[in-house]
Amino acid sequence: MSPQHSAYLWLAQRVTALVLAACVIVHLITMIIAVQGGLTAGEILARTQGSIAWLLFYSVFVVAIVVHAPIGLRNIAREHLRWAKGADIAAVLFGLLLLVLGFRAVWGVFS
Amino acid sequence: MTDLRVSVWRGDESGDQEYFDVPRKENQTILDVVTYIQRNLDPTLSYRYACRVGMCGSCAMSVNGVARWTCRTHVDKVCDTDELELRPLDNFPVVKDLVCDMQTFFNKQKKAGGAFQGSKSRDDGLAIIKPDSKGRMAVDKAIECIGCGVCYASCDIIKWNPDYLGPAALNRAWTLVEDERDTRRVDRLRAVSGDAGCHACHTQMSCTQRCPKLLSPTHSISGLKREVTRAALKGEI
Amino acid sequence: MTHSANALKARRHGAYIAFVLHRVSGLLLSAFLPLHFLALSQALNGEAALDAFLNWADNPLVKLSEVGLVVMLSLHLGCGLRVMALEALGWTVWQKNMVAIAFGGSVVVGTIFLLQVF
Repeated sequence: MSPQHSAYLWLAQRVTALVLAACVIVHLITMIIAVQGGLTAGEILARTQGSIAWLLFYSVFVVAIVVHAPIGLRNIAREHLRWAKGADIAAVLFGLLLLVLGFRAVWGVFS
Repeated sequence: MTDLRVSVWRGDESGDQEYFDVPRKENQTILDVVTYIQRNLDPTLSYRYACRVGMCGSCAMSVNGVARWTCRTHVDKVCDTDELELRPLDNFPVVKDLVCDMQTFFNKQKKAGGAFQGSKSRDDGLAIIKPDSKGRMAVDKAIECIGCGVCYASCDIIKWNPDYLGPAALNRAWTLVEDERDTRRVDRLRAVSGDAGCHACHTQMSCTQRCPKLLSPTHSISGLKREVTRAALKGEI
Repeated sequence: MTHSANALKARRHGAYIAFVLHRVSGLLLSAFLPLHFLALSQALNGEAALDAFLNWADNPLVKLSEVGLVVMLSLHLGCGLRVMALEALGWTVWQKNMVAIAFGGSVVVGTIFLLQVF
């Protein structure tokens, strides 16, 4: 990894961490409120369907996760599994998987 | 007082723990214990020391799993029981018994741009560094490192990523990055980046926890992380 | 004590424990995320499909794992804030408090979630 790239990866993970810190706090509070008295699809969808605010929130959340998680997993693969190039490839693939599944879910609860 | 049951690493990379019974005394240091073994029980035991008073940093070894200066470690402080486990420092190749090979450790300091490069000659007179200047304050503790290797032995990142430069080399680089006389800033920032550089540190802080001089390599490495990233954004590296 | 017991004991300090919790929680959350997304995208097949999943999920075992995940999430948040306070702000002396807050906060969040979910 070139000098710039390792610095960019580090920075990208920290910047997304800041975004995620805010998102996770909102998510935790929402969950604790939402699970009161059981969880139903109607209740979730009533909140999210057609709501641009929640669409934006969850989109930002997913994008931040897509950047953040693979960088951490790359470290784990390199350090504990001793993968080299394979860690980069696996991280990108996992990021793509999260991107696709994440936006499918976001669209699912919005539309 | 009962005897100490001391288990000592014997051999090089391959070897085994050997047991010795050493009489316990008051104010006994770990260095006293190994010296007793070598003088009275087995003269072939190899270990390293020089100053005996916590200045040179050459007597470091693993004491009950923790890297320590043996001359500054009292038996009472580390032994709840009568058992003592002595091994050469972790993360270093073993030469023999408790003596490890420091070559990679010092090579990494070189690799991290640990050599100072000024712009003035001996005819230019002494540079004046203000003690309260920002750069000087930032490295006030870090410049006290004497390169004993305790931090390097305590760092798990080196176990998982053997090329990782390690706390001492990065701490040294940090002191020069903040040195206003030095001229190799960009080279050095490049040298301490990449997968084996400062960003590989995960702030486990064992280096800071163990440093016998109470320095904080973690703090120095964090400074490098910020400086390298700033330089990358500016396109300097 | 054996060598491995000593090695383990040597790592029993705040920042190291925070590192382990951060890494393990990150790994578990990464493993869970695709499943979470898949479950939510059941909504694409209509409200009934999502409800079918939620009904399946309405048993003590799943609920307990949910509590576990909530704790993992808040632990990862707390431990991550520790790293950033250290790297960006240089808070080295504050580390012990940060670890305690991360741990304590996660227990509190987990307990609240536990009480709500059952």
